Amino acid sequence: MRYLPNSESDRAAMLKATGRSRVEELFEQIPSELRLRGQLNLPGPLSEPEILEFFRQAASQSSREYVSLLGAGAYSHYIPVAVKALLSRGEFFTAYTPYQAEIAQGTLQAMFEFQTLMTQLTGMEVSNASLYDGSTATAEAVLMAMRVTQRSRLLVARTVHPEYRQVLETFIRHQGIELLQLPYCESGQLDLARLESALNAETAAVVVQSPNFFGTLERTAEIAKVVHQSGALLIVSIAEPLSLAIVKPPCEADIVCGEAQSLGVPVAFGGPYVGFLTAKEKFLRQMPGRLVGQTVDSEGRRGFVLTLATREQHIRREKATSNICTNQSLCALAVTIYLSLLGKSGLRMLAEQNLAKARYAAGQLAAIPGFATPFHGPCFNEFVVRTPGDADELLGELQKRKIIGGLNLERFYPDLRNHLLICVTETVTREAIDRTVEAFSRAASLAIVAQTVERA
Amino acid sequence: MRGSRTCPIPFFEMTAMENRIREARPHVTRNEKLIFERSTPGKSGVDLPPLDVPPVSAEELLGPEFSRGEVEGFPEVSELEVIRHFTRLSSWNYGVDTGLYPLGSCTMKYNPRINEEVARLEGLATDHPYAPEVLVQGALRILHESARCLEEITGMDAVTLQPAAGAQGELTGILMIRAWLSERGNPRKYILIPDSAHGTNPASAAISGYEVRHVKSDARGCVDLAELNRAMTDKVAGLMLTNPNTLGIFESQIREIADLVHARGGLMYMDGANMNALVGMARPADFGVDVMHLNLHKTFTTPHGGGGPGSGPVAAKKLLEPYLPLPVVEQAPDGTFYLDYNRPQSIGRVRAFYGNFGMAVRALAYIQANGFAGLRQTTQDAVLNANYVMSRLKDLFDLPYDRTCMHECVFSDRRQAGRGIRTGDIAKRLIDYGFHPYTTAFPLVVPGAMMIEPTESASKEEMDAFIDALRSIAQEIEENPDFVLKAPYTTRVSRLDEAGAARKPILRWKPSPQPYLWSSDEES
Repeated sequence: MRYLPNSESDRAAMLKATGRSRVEELFEQIPSELRLRGQLNLPGPLSEPEILEFFRQAASQSSREYVSLLGAGAYSHYIPVAVKALLSRGEFFTAYTPYQAEIAQGTLQAMFEFQTLMTQLTGMEVSNASLYDGSTATAEAVLMAMRVTQRSRLLVARTVHPEYRQVLETFIRHQGIELLQLPYCESGQLDLARLESALNAETAAVVVQSPNFFGTLERTAEIAKVVHQSGALLIVSIAEPLSLAIVKPPCEADIVCGEAQSLGVPVAFGGPYVGFLTAKEKFLRQMPGRLVGQTVDSEGRRGFVLTLATREQHIRREKATSNICTNQSLCALAVTIYLSLLGKSGLRMLAEQNLAKARYAAGQLAAIPGFATPFHGPCFNEFVVRTPGDADELLGELQKRKIIGGLNLERFYPDLRNHLLICVTETVTREAIDRTVEAFSRAASLAIVAQTVERA
Repeated sequence: MRGSRTCPIPFFEMTAMENRIREARPHVTRNEKLIFERSTPGKSGVDLPPLDVPPVSAEELLGPEFSRGEVEGFPEVSELEVIRHFTRLSSWNYGVDTGLYPLGSCTMKYNPRINEEVARLEGLATDHPYAPEVLVQGALRILHESARCLEEITGMDAVTLQPAAGAQGELTGILMIRAWLSERGNPRKYILIPDSAHGTNPASAAISGYEVRHVKSDARGCVDLAELNRAMTDKVAGLMLTNPNTLGIFESQIREIADLVHARGGLMYMDGANMNALVGMARPADFGVDVMHLNLHKTFTTPHGGGGPGSGPVAAKKLLEPYLPLPVVEQAPDGTFYLDYNRPQSIGRVRAFYGNFGMAVRALAYIQANGFAGLRQTTQDAVLNANYVMSRLKDLFDLPYDRTCMHECVFSDRRQAGRGIRTGDIAKRLIDYGFHPYTTAFPLVVPGAMMIEPTESASKEEMDAFIDALRSIAQEIEENPDFVLKAPYTTRVSRLDEAGAARKPILRWKPSPQPYLWSSDEES
């Protein structure tokens, strides 16, 4: 086996040193009736070319030839090749959690930079070194708010990613927390009046997403004012943080968390991604996850260490702020490299391109007879389109022309029949947008003709 | 003049010239500032393609309520500067690729390069989780095949790949136990956990709504059956057992333990963090385990990445299958793969989408590379290596449980503590010898623990050098303990002030009028 460095003579010498003659003797501590007899039915052994062939074949059964207008919490952006080149350095990807700080300064300094970048983007004061993904980061933010407020009622906007809400429900089911979902209004934003009436003195936190699941920006400053009047915390979850290059950050919130996949991590069928959690400094000691802090060595030189570990499971055990042990270090490193490459001006220009492309696509789609963009709240790179005919049929027609035309919202919102969630990032060319618009237009007119024929 | 640090080589005098050469080594002298401190206005590391649609003004379109000015403090550097910055940072890290990394309980084995290659293939790295199922058959097939392999390896009936890491796997498994008990009328109140367990076990049980009761280990380092017999009441939902346990010892009475738990109406959770000691040699399903998790980043060679991403698939027996998180990848009679959401008894979702797909790709590539014979040989090598290290060090270091170990062995610093040197000090000194330290101060049942897990990736040659290093350090402790106390001497920074970091936390960079200086010496 090519990964194993010991020869048969090495093994024999080592066995001898342990006083054994057969390696099986080392396994005699496992009762014989519990030991495996016979073989396992597993693939392999395969050589490298055979493995490559298997996965190339799998990769060919993919959507890679398709134009995709899918977003919904997983965003396709171009990733500069330097990101992969640097991530591939074994010193980064084959290291573990930096427990031995003196030989992990590379990871630690990069995480400190990640924390800084996240606070700069979100307008918060402190950031952790990342969490699993946006959904679990949002759930962790809620548990954190419960600890801070010692209250147990939770309000969540229906415009928060449906899968984030599902994960949240799993996390809080046994915590004695009451959860209420808040409706959206005509603009595609949280219904503020309903929020005001739902808030009370037991409310621990309100969770909103911005841009929300419909791509619409929430009025976080106004929401914060209302939420704080009742003594609750405002949690803003962000699934598309590229928006923060041009959109005012929710500085009025108490916790800003979310998913940083869109900043340098591939879509990769849903993971691995990278959650982030930033907050006001006064809540620092209730934060979940790893934190990297700056310190000095015995000669006064700057260095970095994992810090405030007394919040964590390996010390606090069942009283810890969270059960998580790892962060998503390598993905957080990808984000750090990506943001360093783009920098202040690159990130802004990229965000403006996303805004312009989505704006152009929305305008072209809304101009098709029977199509409309029903929510008038401001958007970043994602928006909702109402279609005249059956949305699934339209998507099927587009699929024939190698276009994935968006996500049918009915899957998560039964009240939004024939509504598509469409995302247009910088990776979608004008030619692809025009082709999509034309395909929608043709499919819809065919459907209308078919309906007319049916009625007649 | 920089560097008042003590000479790193203890046993002979260095000449002044040798000293100067040592001072001049790049990783000591090269001062890589924070990326923010390298920044100069107007620079960027990317050029975007020209915009092919009409440009818009963000200020106008978003209005004053929503639009933002520039992001204060954001870096502005060229591509080359980014490459140099992170390449230099990487040189301050120690990884499995650098050398022996015997960090106990973490299983720091080789991460095959082919895994990285296939995970980045276009198609696999670019499929969207909401793309129509017919367009992502390759990805679904990989998930399905990975799950099938893990079922075969554990002997269990069903696997979910959704949990993002081991701790999430624990949470998932305990929630499944809770759901099963709840359907039978009473979720019960407690989870039993041995005192040698990893800290995530009690933390995960707590999030699942259980109170934790600890079970003491016996003199052999295993669960005390008499104690378990007392603790296992009808208020107990189940036992979370790590096997082999954190002492590297196989819980040989696990069948009796499982029978006892089952007889009192509870279920058995196995923490499979140490599955690398069992693959191809024994299957947890045969132990009486009802549900368990695996760590793809330990046993199945997906990279640790400096602390993640992990992946913590959960394997369950038939009785718990209905409670698996949503969705489950299934194969239709016509051979196509699909996501099954129609599972009314499911515990729900534990993570958005389908888990860390990229990790499943890597794990499957690893299983394929080995086949059954390779995996079995791998397990045997891992166990042989640990026993070899143990047998060659036990004359110098205290071995609290002197018996055959599985994949790791646990010494204690009891003998060295008499000279004022603790496990953490020995670990720091190992760094000077070119090794990553073992795990210190865990498991908690061994005061001053030194937990060594060479894994199958350690060659005999490297282990001999490691053994020699520890033997040499044992001698240094006898001759000059103070010298060991100040180690390491050869790293970019010396021991860091952790207490200071926690007392006045500095968790982000802030612009300061004074440029950062590498050390106070530079001012003069």
